[in-house]
Amino acid sequence: MLQQLFFGYYAFIIIGLSLIVVTRKNPGHSVMWMLLLFFHIAGLYLFLNAEFIAAIQVIVYAGAILVLFLFVVLLLNLREEITLRQTVGSWPAAFFISALLFIAVTAALGAYVQGPAGKYSIDAIRSETHAKALGKLLYTEYLFPFEIASLILLVAVVGAVVLAKRKLRS
Amino acid sequence: MNSYALIPFLPLAAFVINILFGRKYLKENAHWVSIGAVAFSWVLSVMALTDVLGGNKINFDLYTWMLSGGFKVSVGFLIDQLTVVMLIVVTTCSTLIHIYSVGYMHGDSGYYRFFSYLSLFTFSMLMLVMANNFLQLYFGWEGVGLCSYFLIGYYFDKKSASDAGKKAFIVNRFGDFGFGLGIFVIFLSFGTVYYEPVFSQVGNFAEATVNFLGYDVHLMTLIALLLFCGSIGKSAQMPLHVWLPDAMEGPTPVSALIHAATMVTAGVFLVARCSPIFSLSETALMVVALTGAITSLFAATIGLVQNDLKRIIAYSTVSQLGYMFLACGVGAYTAGIFHLYTHAFFKALLFLCAGSVMHAMGGELDIQKMGGLKKYMPATYLTMLIASFSIAGVPGLAGFFSKDEILWLAYSGPSPVGKLVWLIGTLVAFLTAFYSFRLIFLTFHGKFRGTHEQEHHLHESPKTMTVPLVVLCVGAVAAGWVSIPHLLGGGAHFAEFMKPVLGHPEGHGTHAEEWLVMGISVVVGFAGIGLAYFMYMLRPELPARVTEQFSAVHRILFNKYYVDELYSFIIVRPAIWTAKNVLIGITDARIIEALVNGVPSAVAAFSSGLRKVQTGIMQHYATIMATGILIIVAVMLLR
Amino acid sequence: MVPLHWYLTLSAAVFMIGMFGFLTRRNIIIMFMSVELMLNAVNISLVSFSHYLQDLRGHILVFFIITVAAAEAAIGLAIIIALFRNKQTAHVDEMNEMKG
Repeated sequence: MLQQLFFGYYAFIIIGLSLIVVTRKNPGHSVMWMLLLFFHIAGLYLFLNAEFIAAIQVIVYAGAILVLFLFVVLLLNLREEITLRQTVGSWPAAFFISALLFIAVTAALGAYVQGPAGKYSIDAIRSETHAKALGKLLYTEYLFPFEIASLILLVAVVGAVVLAKRKLRS
Repeated sequence: MNSYALIPFLPLAAFVINILFGRKYLKENAHWVSIGAVAFSWVLSVMALTDVLGGNKINFDLYTWMLSGGFKVSVGFLIDQLTVVMLIVVTTCSTLIHIYSVGYMHGDSGYYRFFSYLSLFTFSMLMLVMANNFLQLYFGWEGVGLCSYFLIGYYFDKKSASDAGKKAFIVNRFGDFGFGLGIFVIFLSFGTVYYEPVFSQVGNFAEATVNFLGYDVHLMTLIALLLFCGSIGKSAQMPLHVWLPDAMEGPTPVSALIHAATMVTAGVFLVARCSPIFSLSETALMVVALTGAITSLFAATIGLVQNDLKRIIAYSTVSQLGYMFLACGVGAYTAGIFHLYTHAFFKALLFLCAGSVMHAMGGELDIQKMGGLKKYMPATYLTMLIASFSIAGVPGLAGFFSKDEILWLAYSGPSPVGKLVWLIGTLVAFLTAFYSFRLIFLTFHGKFRGTHEQEHHLHESPKTMTVPLVVLCVGAVAAGWVSIPHLLGGGAHFAEFMKPVLGHPEGHGTHAEEWLVMGISVVVGFAGIGLAYFMYMLRPELPARVTEQFSAVHRILFNKYYVDELYSFIIVRPAIWTAKNVLIGITDARIIEALVNGVPSAVAAFSSGLRKVQTGIMQHYATIMATGILIIVAVMLLR
Repeated sequence: MVPLHWYLTLSAAVFMIGMFGFLTRRNIIIMFMSVELMLNAVNISLVSFSHYLQDLRGHILVFFIITVAAAEAAIGLAIIIALFRNKQTAHVDEMNEMKG
């Protein structure tokens, strides 16, 4: 009962916050609401016994990505933004399509067949701590994607620097 | 391979060499190639003659041309008595005219082109006469028509010449259409186009009828009449005679070779070759005989009043061809071929002499401007005189024997129209003698009526031109001696020779009747000569008075019975109108242009509409993608 | 107990809201944030699957998704800055040079 209440609170807030995020006129406000949203998502992860992921969510998403967004928002000229038209084309069409897709996906949920259970039950993870369990898996079975991910990050760093550089006046 | 296959292919090789190398390398020496080739063919033809005289008949296929289901055609050669006579005629006349052309066409800028076309023509004609199946005959037929177009329109920068070439080809096409249909019917009925099987099985079809457009027609009559359509076109009989006088626009050697001795006789050759088919159809034979008779009368009357030197001889040719068809139509195929053979000599000779006269007169053709040429060109005068005696039927010369045989067999033969065509033929003999000698008297006798510069240039032609004249003259005199009729004590060797191929119709009459007929034709010939002498030598003012008195008749005859105008009105002008307004105006301008321009403009319109999808705004693309995903998910869900 | 399909419905809802924002908003930064929202929705569903299937592979995938999202955010924002420098606008409907 308590669990369902908790889940209900999280779900309600998350959906409400995401609606608020996409509808603000001021991009800066959007970023702030998104911060709150991410914290709630991290809370949801904790609810699902994924403490490492929750920590990563806060550190990377809320701490790094949103800060990045905020920096860029601050770089752009926003005074006129708030008074101009906010949408492209007709938003009812997009609303309609999204709603239909939502209905389609949820209708498909009825056909879900649960597969066999894996070997990482909640107790097993608790005994080993989530970080250690993830780390064991990551560095043995999923080593190759791990290395690729580090390459992607390298590309991101170099690319971002190159793209955002000003041309030298010479 | 039998060496007789070289007979047509040597002139073909000469054509190829001349047309490829003539302009740059051979130039003035182009004639050596052609004359060499055709002379060698002549030698081979003589060898073939001795072979056939010894009793051999040669029939061999060279290679298969097409093989499609039950239809097989090869390039093959049949050399029997009929073919060998034609071979001798074609190669002899061709060789002599090649030699004549060396002098006549000297200095012309298209010298090599002329000889290459002459060689191509010889090749086609030889393929025609040596064929052993109808399709090869048709190939040769079309080939000679094509070369006729080339050679008539040889002076292509003169509009009248190129028009005449077109006219010849197009009028021929009318006849060839019927001819082609005839070959189709032959194939449908007999299952093959080779001569041997068709002619041997023809007896089985004697009574057969075929359903044609809802009517039951006698099969043999149908085939014979369709084949005769081709002959009408090629041999310039009525109503397709209109191209031959215009064909005189070509150089004179062309007129001599093609329009006297060889191409126009292909029609007679066709009827003789298909004699088994024609013999089974009385209707067709009557049509042939009457067409021949009427055409010969028609052309002879026109020839009486013409003033163009070559046109008179052209109408004479049409008239004599009518004689040959007359002969075939009464069943006397042998006599027709005999006349073809003698006619080749004296008609070619007449044309070549006319060329000689033109050469001396600097190209002048109007006989009213000539006169008294006999003291300037004795050789030409003598040979032309002998040729005219021959065509008039003076006893002892070649024309007498062949013409007399035709008239006798017409009179005494089994044909229902025999006596009628005999009467017409005798009348035509009178007219022939008259106009031939009108020509002689006006051109060579009397006073010279031309200009002074022309008088200064009058001279006899060079040796290359007069030697062929003499050779042909010998032929015009002696060619008939191979078949002196029994009546006069001869052996009628020609008829005997052709018997295995063409049959031998005996005249059913008494000796007295035969003497009578012969006598009448001789008298009529001399009467014609006499009347011409009277009117043009003794009383030269008489022709002008007669023209005045009968001016309407004269105008009709002078304008060739207005046949050309009639055709222009009925056929030519509507065709041109249709071509301009319907075919160009509607089909070409509207329909095809609409298609050709319409397709690109439709594509352009479609693509410019399609272009508008790319707005450049990313969200529009994303919206479309989302819609796509929605559709896919919905489809998968609803299955 | 909270059934699995509640979590999945939540994930679908957030995803659709993210997509709606992406297709509708004119400001390029808000568009980008909607993309991040969609990614987060997927993360939610992955973690819940992993919880209910008692498997760790969902977590691994979330780990990688977060990594790639970070890289993508960095590069995307760099591009936005470069675009803003050239066009002086942050509105996507004015960036339609590829039209036609």
